[in-house]
Amino acid sequence: MSTITENISLRDQFLSLYRDRAGEISANSAPLLNEHRDQAIARLEHLGFPVKGSEEYRYADIESVFKNDLQKNFGDIRVTFNIREIFHCDVPDLDTNLLLLVNGRYYNDGELIKKLPGGIIAGSLAQASKDYPEIVGKHYDRYAGASNDGLVALNTAFAQDGIFIYVPEGVKSEKPIQVVNIMISDNDLMAQHRNLFVAENGAEARIVICDHSLSAHRFLTNSVNEVFTGEGAQINLTRIQNEHNGSSQITHSYSHQEAGSNLTASIISLHGGFIRNNIFVTLNGEHAENHSLGLYLSDKGQYIDNYVHIDHASPNCFSNQLFKGVLDDYASGSFNGRILVRRDAQKTNAYQSNNNILLTDDAKMYSRPQLEIYADDVKCSHGSTMGRLDDNALFYLRSRGVDKREARLMLMFAFAHEVIQNIRVKALQERIDDLVNKRLRGELSRCNNCAMKCG
Amino acid sequence: MLVIKDLKVSIEGQEILKGVSLEVKAGEVHAIMGPNGSGKSTLASVLAGRDLYVVDSGSVFYMGEDLLEKSPEERAKEGLFLGFQYPIEIPGVSMVNFMKTAINEMRKHRGEDPLSASDFLKKLREKKDLVEIDSSLTKRSVNEGFSGGEKKKNEIFQMAMLEPKLAILDETDSGLDIDALKVVARGVNNLRSAENATIVITHYQRLLDYIIPDYVHILYKGRIVRSGGKELALLLEEKGYEWVRQEEVNL
Repeated sequence: MSTITENISLRDQFLSLYRDRAGEISANSAPLLNEHRDQAIARLEHLGFPVKGSEEYRYADIESVFKNDLQKNFGDIRVTFNIREIFHCDVPDLDTNLLLLVNGRYYNDGELIKKLPGGIIAGSLAQASKDYPEIVGKHYDRYAGASNDGLVALNTAFAQDGIFIYVPEGVKSEKPIQVVNIMISDNDLMAQHRNLFVAENGAEARIVICDHSLSAHRFLTNSVNEVFTGEGAQINLTRIQNEHNGSSQITHSYSHQEAGSNLTASIISLHGGFIRNNIFVTLNGEHAENHSLGLYLSDKGQYIDNYVHIDHASPNCFSNQLFKGVLDDYASGSFNGRILVRRDAQKTNAYQSNNNILLTDDAKMYSRPQLEIYADDVKCSHGSTMGRLDDNALFYLRSRGVDKREARLMLMFAFAHEVIQNIRVKALQERIDDLVNKRLRGELSRCNNCAMKCG
Repeated sequence: MLVIKDLKVSIEGQEILKGVSLEVKAGEVHAIMGPNGSGKSTLASVLAGRDLYVVDSGSVFYMGEDLLEKSPEERAKEGLFLGFQYPIEIPGVSMVNFMKTAINEMRKHRGEDPLSASDFLKKLREKKDLVEIDSSLTKRSVNEGFSGGEKKKNEIFQMAMLEPKLAILDETDSGLDIDALKVVARGVNNLRSAENATIVITHYQRLLDYIIPDYVHILYKGRIVRSGGKELALLLEEKGYEWVRQEEVNL
């Protein structure tokens, strides 16, 4: 079979898959999501798959991660298990409202939609699109739909479910909402989920997404998050990527910010064989503020790629990108940070920095800032560094009796902490500090005796 | 305690120390003086274990063991301390965490249990008072944003915390005003005991008004050209390094 598929382009494989399975896909989703599929498949046909070496995908070899023969499930396949028995979260004791995604589908623990204090709604996107069609319909595919990335169209055509979170006007969510996104299967598997987070004017939300894989199979996720931050709303969104190194993860995040809103979105990449994060932000109203943060700790053959695009579409906005990483062994990665300041976006403040520590000669990192500025009264800066651990600092610590290994860890941790301290949720900061510390020490728990050698 | 014999050291093929011999016994304070470029800091760095330098020949024994075989951290754990001429700023590593780690590594080395949190804090307060260091400094990252004087005081603070057997102070006095100088001297004098020894490296005689040395050595062009009592420092102050140069020529 593989000899046949190799000759057919990825695009054509998925077009044909769609033709064969469209009925099943729609039957196990919701009308509102189904409405977008045909158009998305036409877009995919037109755009195709990203090609390595292209402007947006210079170093990421997307085709290679799709090449494996991965199973795709569109039926209503229930994985039944007691989550607490098999999964121990490495973000311990964080008091959250917990939602589960299993293989791209909302895990029904008795409630498809949870109604939380203050009128906050959290649960299955497919169900929410039936229960709250006005809200979902107003935002669904509105921010991601115009994307020129074939992978986004692919997601829109195939995604059946995901997480929906809604915080009404002026409401502050007390507890963080935690989404645990799990891949678990008896086969190599591909899944595509779709999330929609909406914070109405003046609302405040804290959301944590934890990506995990719980069986030793090859996984591929192609997910899309759409985030709407209303006027004066504040969202703190943290994603912790900790799938095993046999998995590939492509995430697309489209955030739309209205006037005076504040979105702090962090991606902490700990494990995962291939990770590509596309982060698109539109600052659509004055005095909107965006912090896009990233921390990646990669070793062995991990590949980590962050692509950030901040669109300053309004005057007086602020954006800051801070991406830092430590690459060990023969790990490789890429950072591409783009700032677009439109002609009317005067008084823009936009900053970007990407700092990397390469621990070996074999580790590779590509860093590329792109500033596109059409307004004349703006403050923009960018900086990129590649380096090793500071020998002078290392000697200073060792000269006080700190072992070399410990001294190296202290310096790496200090380097990473700059990103973490920008995640302004104190409780979360401490836990991520702890996770990062464990990751650097190689003590991060292997997921349930997983055969994949991440640690 | 420390026996240096005919030590020759180079960096990138250039010989800096051209045969230094020195013996330091417990309870003694030695001052090493010399003009810029004479090899004072190289000597200090080599003793602390900096691997930028190549030891071409000679030997260094500390407490009866070959010092040059040991890693910087082993040397520190066995009681050797270097006060840096230019202390390093380390953003993100807190002073408190640094000191706690260092002290507990040393205790582990001696087979002792880690210091309890309250005992550690007690010690921290005590030593902070001793060197008159601003209490907010220990809450910050190591040397980050510290003034020159604060950095030097921080070296003495660390020395007080770690209680070394042999302290080597590399131009700890440079860039200090007279008040800070007194604080540094007090820190050193407080540590002075029959079991400990100190090597004070300095360019000026000034510090030696406050830390009275038992021996003074003049290091010149990679060699100790003269050794004597504290009066040698005064002679040097009076006649200047030009005198050493002249002597060298006359030899």
